[in-house]
Amino acid sequence: MARAPQAGAAPADGGATMAEHIIARAAGRSRVIPGEIVTVRVDLAVLNDLSGPLAIKRLAEAGHHAVFEPDRIAFFAGRHMPFRDEALAAQVAALRDFCAAQRIRHCYADGEGMDHALLPEYGLLRPGDLVCDGDSHACTAGAVGALAVPMGSTDMAYILATGETWLKVPTTIRIVYEGTAGRYVTSKDLALATMARLGTDGARYRAIEFHGPALAALSVDERFTIANMAIEMGAKTALMVPDHAVLSYLAARGVDAAGGVAAILPDADAGYERSLAIDVATLRPLVARPHSPADVVPAAEIRSARVTQVNIGSCTNGRMVDLRQAAAALRGRRVARGVRLMVTPATDIVWRQAMAEGVLAVLAEAGATINPPGCGACAGWHMGVLGPEDVCVATHNRNFRGRMGHRDARIYLASPYVAAAAAVAGELVDPAAVFG
Amino acid sequence: MTTLPARVHVFGDDIDTDVITPGRFLGSTDPAVLAKACFAGLTDDFAARVSLGDLVFAGENFGCGSSREHAPIAIKAVGIGCVVARSFARLFFRNAINVGLPVIECAAAVDAARDGDEASVDLARGTIDVAGKRFGFLPLEPGVLAILQAGGLMPLLRARGATPTTMGIG
Repeated sequence: MARAPQAGAAPADGGATMAEHIIARAAGRSRVIPGEIVTVRVDLAVLNDLSGPLAIKRLAEAGHHAVFEPDRIAFFAGRHMPFRDEALAAQVAALRDFCAAQRIRHCYADGEGMDHALLPEYGLLRPGDLVCDGDSHACTAGAVGALAVPMGSTDMAYILATGETWLKVPTTIRIVYEGTAGRYVTSKDLALATMARLGTDGARYRAIEFHGPALAALSVDERFTIANMAIEMGAKTALMVPDHAVLSYLAARGVDAAGGVAAILPDADAGYERSLAIDVATLRPLVARPHSPADVVPAAEIRSARVTQVNIGSCTNGRMVDLRQAAAALRGRRVARGVRLMVTPATDIVWRQAMAEGVLAVLAEAGATINPPGCGACAGWHMGVLGPEDVCVATHNRNFRGRMGHRDARIYLASPYVAAAAAVAGELVDPAAVFG
Repeated sequence: MTTLPARVHVFGDDIDTDVITPGRFLGSTDPAVLAKACFAGLTDDFAARVSLGDLVFAGENFGCGSSREHAPIAIKAVGIGCVVARSFARLFFRNAINVGLPVIECAAAVDAARDGDEASVDLARGTIDVAGKRFGFLPLEPGVLAILQAGGLMPLLRARGATPTTMGIG
């Protein structure tokens, strides 16, 4: 389908959504409307060990040898360390060389961990920023009010050269989380419940704005989980209003953002394509069954799914709150025979904090393998690749066929509580059945 | 820009980028290597079944999942001339254009076609001939066609020194 731009359409009368505010500012316009295609200035360009090498190659192919502004570029090249093979080792070395030659300071290739968890931790995101990222889970940044759009390596090469790109202004879907969540119901379950409502393309090309008292009740780290999975619903980007919790989070990381929030708040009469309310009080601990993140059912309804591997980690659930949940569940318990439990903190900050708090010791005592920080086995690169007979429960965001290894392996997506329960029981169960 | 009559390979809904290019193949950016990996999440022998210029016809949300440009690169490198789908995932659509792989949304043509049929696509006129019928689709914008004709975004830039506002896209 050709997407004919609606240039020349009359300006909308109503107010603007967050995405419309942010894109308008980045385009140097007072107002933009959904469907319009505009050129935007990019506040931050992000690349990683997968998208980076191809972007650099494309840049060279186009005859470009300088980046637009070194301080507005970040490379996260250490997402899969230790390296699985010579090819990756060589690729990351080339990325480091490129950053050095271009004087790009934000070059992280020393095992710090993975991009989507590090970006906010390093104070690289501000509310209202327009971020272009060579990774689909860019939308994670929306939890602090940054509009992050995933792009392929060619688009990113263009951005490296010029600092600009073109964007079609998305419509916005509004999701409101109401009520109070019950025991063992986490932000991951809110995300999975939303997947069930929207499916894998219900938000295709849209921005999703997440709202509601049940969202406000979550810590910022827990909100990243929800923003992270917007791409699985097909969304272009995710956004949440930066509230006091977000401003405190950012201030603690050196980002003084209080002044920038008013300009990006959705107007009271903003035009949403649709609004969905989810009553979290009705939710139970959930899983997404193989092979779709949208095939969501309560964990209690899965019969006899014998499990061989459990992975706790990823940009979805690899932060302190997630590891603490797993440790609270696994304290004094043992992983079942026949189950491999792997814990992969998302960043070295989380790794060291988990160690200092005794969380890693609790997990190791239970029988977990503690991995170095990064993406781990989420994308099937290393540290827990699955064979044809494996059944895996993972706190990840994708369970497509072949995602973590062999195409016949089966992956269930779940929260840290459900994953921990599966590790102890050796099969998928409701957490209450194991932990009381 | 027209594709000669070619064989149609049919796929279903939600064909994701892990199925098109599984993670283990992403250490290489070489099109020749990626071609062999095309659709390895589903089958080991897709490359052997493709002749240059063949077409992929697919259902909803083709290319969903990751931003990996390796996915459209693999499909183009294995010899596919155009992907026709009921709908595309946003990121895959954009990446496909950027690497010079034509992508068309035309639900009617997809519904009419069977695996093994012969079909041809005229990008400029906006027509697909398959199963004895002609189907229409909204032709791609001139700026997008220019990218495809150049073989991708970067080749176009190299040739023209264009910026987004002069590309005719925005």
